[in-house]
Amino acid sequence: MDPSLHLQSASFLAYGHGNPWGAIWPELSLGCLALFLLVLETVLPRSAHGRIPAVSVAGQLCILAVLLGRLDIPVSTAFNGLLILSSRGQVMRVFFLLTSLFVSILAYHGLHRRRVPLVEFHHIVLVVAAAMMLLVESRNFVMLFVALETVTVGLYILVSYYRSSPATLEAGLKYLVMGALSSALLLFGIALLYGVAGGHGLAGRTDDAMEYAGLRNFLDANPHNFLAAAGIALVLSGVAFKIGAVPFQIWIPDVYQGAPTPVTAFLAVGSKAAGFIVLLVLVTEVFPSYEWLVRPVLTLMAAATLLFGNLAALKQRNVKRLIGLSGVSHAGFILLAVVSACAGGAIGAVYFYLYAYLIGSFAVFGVMSVLAGPDDSAQELSDYAGLARESPFLAGVLACGLGSLAGIPPFAGFIAKLYVFVAAFDAGHFGLLAVAIAGVVISIYYYFGWIRAAYFSDEAAVSPETAERVRSGPGFVLGITLALIVAASLLLGFCQGPLGVLMSGR
Amino acid sequence: MTTLGHPAFDPLLLSVAAPLAVALSIALGLPKRYAVKLAYVGFAVPALMALIVWWGFGEAAKESHGYAFLSGYATGLDGFGIGLKFGINGISLPMFVLAGLVGLAAGLYAIQSNAERMKTYLLLLLVMQAGLMGTFASVDIFFFYFFHELALIPTFIMVGVWGGRDRTYAALQMTIYLTLGAMLSLLGLIAIYAKSGAGSFDILVLRDTLASRPLGETTQRHIFGLLLFGFGILVSLWPFHSWAPLGYGAAPSSAAMLHAGVLKKFGLYGLLQIALPLLPFGASHWSQTLAVLAGVGNVLAIGLVTMAQRDLKQMVGYSSVMHMGYAFLGIAAGSILGAGGVVMLMVAHGLSVALLFLLSTSVYQRTHTFDMDRMGGLAQKAPALAALFVAATFASIGLPGFANFWGELPIFVALWGFSHALTVVALTGTVVSAVYGLRAAARVFFGPESAAFSQVAAANPTLDLAWGEKLPALLLAAALLFIGVWPRSFSTEINRALGGAAETVVASR
Repeated sequence: MDPSLHLQSASFLAYGHGNPWGAIWPELSLGCLALFLLVLETVLPRSAHGRIPAVSVAGQLCILAVLLGRLDIPVSTAFNGLLILSSRGQVMRVFFLLTSLFVSILAYHGLHRRRVPLVEFHHIVLVVAAAMMLLVESRNFVMLFVALETVTVGLYILVSYYRSSPATLEAGLKYLVMGALSSALLLFGIALLYGVAGGHGLAGRTDDAMEYAGLRNFLDANPHNFLAAAGIALVLSGVAFKIGAVPFQIWIPDVYQGAPTPVTAFLAVGSKAAGFIVLLVLVTEVFPSYEWLVRPVLTLMAAATLLFGNLAALKQRNVKRLIGLSGVSHAGFILLAVVSACAGGAIGAVYFYLYAYLIGSFAVFGVMSVLAGPDDSAQELSDYAGLARESPFLAGVLACGLGSLAGIPPFAGFIAKLYVFVAAFDAGHFGLLAVAIAGVVISIYYYFGWIRAAYFSDEAAVSPETAERVRSGPGFVLGITLALIVAASLLLGFCQGPLGVLMSGR
Repeated sequence: MTTLGHPAFDPLLLSVAAPLAVALSIALGLPKRYAVKLAYVGFAVPALMALIVWWGFGEAAKESHGYAFLSGYATGLDGFGIGLKFGINGISLPMFVLAGLVGLAAGLYAIQSNAERMKTYLLLLLVMQAGLMGTFASVDIFFFYFFHELALIPTFIMVGVWGGRDRTYAALQMTIYLTLGAMLSLLGLIAIYAKSGAGSFDILVLRDTLASRPLGETTQRHIFGLLLFGFGILVSLWPFHSWAPLGYGAAPSSAAMLHAGVLKKFGLYGLLQIALPLLPFGASHWSQTLAVLAGVGNVLAIGLVTMAQRDLKQMVGYSSVMHMGYAFLGIAAGSILGAGGVVMLMVAHGLSVALLFLLSTSVYQRTHTFDMDRMGGLAQKAPALAALFVAATFASIGLPGFANFWGELPIFVALWGFSHALTVVALTGTVVSAVYGLRAAARVFFGPESAAFSQVAAANPTLDLAWGEKLPALLLAAALLFIGVWPRSFSTEINRALGGAAETVVASR
């Protein structure tokens, strides 16, 4: 680790109060780290370039350590209300940092097998992670949109990173088109809201209709304005693209399959989580007076997402499509939590579910990236046959990850589902609960199918090439990471300590 | 939440922690020789603790609602009203002892079974054992559910990996059915938690809260319905029973013993310990439906299906579904007598069905088939096996002298007050179970040797039970007889817990 970097973050900390830039030190440190990687690439000889990703990982670990020490902060605004900083914001900063850290580790492990530029990948991951942090902290539509576009543009590049692979290019194009469409919807919604809240002489009009607080005042004063309702519907649609909720889930299987596995993990966890926090903030802090519109729309969306995700995943044999579709069903569970939160349920359920999803998904993605062959997109369930015999460690990690995703105790996923169910029960969403229960039972089928392939399969052991990769193992860094993930999954499931209190605070 | 101290010696915690600790050390790569030796400890400690608790329960200081041995441990979930809290009352005491005994028997049988990948097999059984002890020792209904799941997951894996015919299909069907049941019951438990407004999963707090502020009748009906079908699926209530014979048919013997013997009782225990006291209106609303489903479906229909079985293990599986019908009838009867009979029957059935599964596997090892038409005359070669099997069959039919009698008799008496017709149905059921039980014993052990069996016997010299098999079988049979001749050993405490009249109705010897 470069000592100067630590100094940098330390001096930002000292700025902390008064200077607004000090408030966003994690984002700034990530940005500086990203630039530092590029500097290293030009300065260092070509032979040392392989070490640059390690610098990225070490740098992120340092930021994480500092961040973990400052989890509990008072709520404050920065940059004239563009951003809001709070303990929940810190929790999400840690979330995105963990995501980028894991994606960097996956890329460190898998990317060098390909003839693609190494350093730029890590650079973009850091920038995107910083943008995700800003995205969930933003309390202004301009800030929101800028951060969102930074995330999306970064991900366009990452999704089509394997430029020689047609599947990847196709995924990139699809993500580009769909992402542009969703941005356009979101922007149109914002424009409508801005126009209606800032234009007419309606009660509660505001000069800065981009600002959440002003907009909320306006919406509270006009709870049945048609234009505002249309704007809200469009904004919700735009966000629904990001979280992959039905009917905006169409891009998910193709893009998840085509993207390089680390990027799929980034999309599945980071991008989705950012979308959900944005949705949660909008629904609970800006649109409460339009609950008559938001709640039915989200309820329908949640039910459809739960059913579609689980049913579509049933017959899926390609693991990347499978994890994508199971991710859609998880989006349904989180939507259930969001709907409950907008009816006064526990907001903590959303945060906890996201963490549980992160842990479960990372375990699975870690194993997937070890097994991935030269064609990243062509991983079938049958490739996992006999995994338990070849590598009990990888099979164990996979089983824990899938168990957590399926919501089986003692893993974190179970407690997460419990929180969501309790929140939904408190909010009185009994119909959605019934759908969710059906979803859990259906999901058991395909998660079980995956575990069955790894453990119970009578077929011959994994194919020779895969066996070779499995035997060479996940490597030291990824191995430790996966072991930590499994431990975290058990720990959060059984004994959450202060983290659970912070997140589940009711 | 009330915070409880940690006693210096907590038999309940120890009974959960010991198997888990052994499982952990096996998982961390203990060599096989030590793993097997340590596994003895892992299975013996819970059984020992169960006996200590049973012995000490009468004198132990009772706290609220007749619970003794209470202890609590912080988990970090306190903000949610969840705490790891152990305690035993008169209803959980027999179940706890049952879990300890059957666990020990299943463990001993597994150790001598020479299963493939022995270490993993023992590890899973130990986790299951810890889950079972925890389920019946938990006072917190969250952990009650949690430990049940902890025991359930290894079952699926054991069926899938070590199972016999159709194991993958059986494991899958079992997983889906039982997950559905578990999810429904979880929802019911959450409903109680949310609707009571107690802000706690602690059953003692819930009882106190709901005693002063009972839930509305409609709410009770809905929640009881959820719990009834959730738990019902887990206990193979007709028509949600089809996973049971299939799953038990495929399961390795120790897993079948633990699941059919102990884990399956979770649902009945949940109904008795949680649903009946907390939701009395809901219970009376559903009792008719439950009684008809259980009486006509489980007892009569499944009884007839059992008679038609030719596969020994399938027959035991179906018979266990059938006997669950009696337990449901006892719950539906809605009296203390009936409920007490259910607890006795749960213990008795747990012991006898575990014994039957154990012995049928031993039969299979000698005949190389489960098809009863291809057996016969085994008694001459293996008299001890035959004697134990016949004893287990008698117990399962409910002959006096065995524990099952003290379970079925009070249920029939209680049922008479509830519905004459269903009592007749239930009594018909005992005749049916006598027919298939005795016929199976006759086909397998007596009569002339079938040609098929002679061939097998000629190829492999048939031996009687070895000590490794005999010891667990004798343990279970002795427990059956002990309770059969001295039912008061449990019934006094059961009666007290059910808040019943002073006279001990069950143990009217």
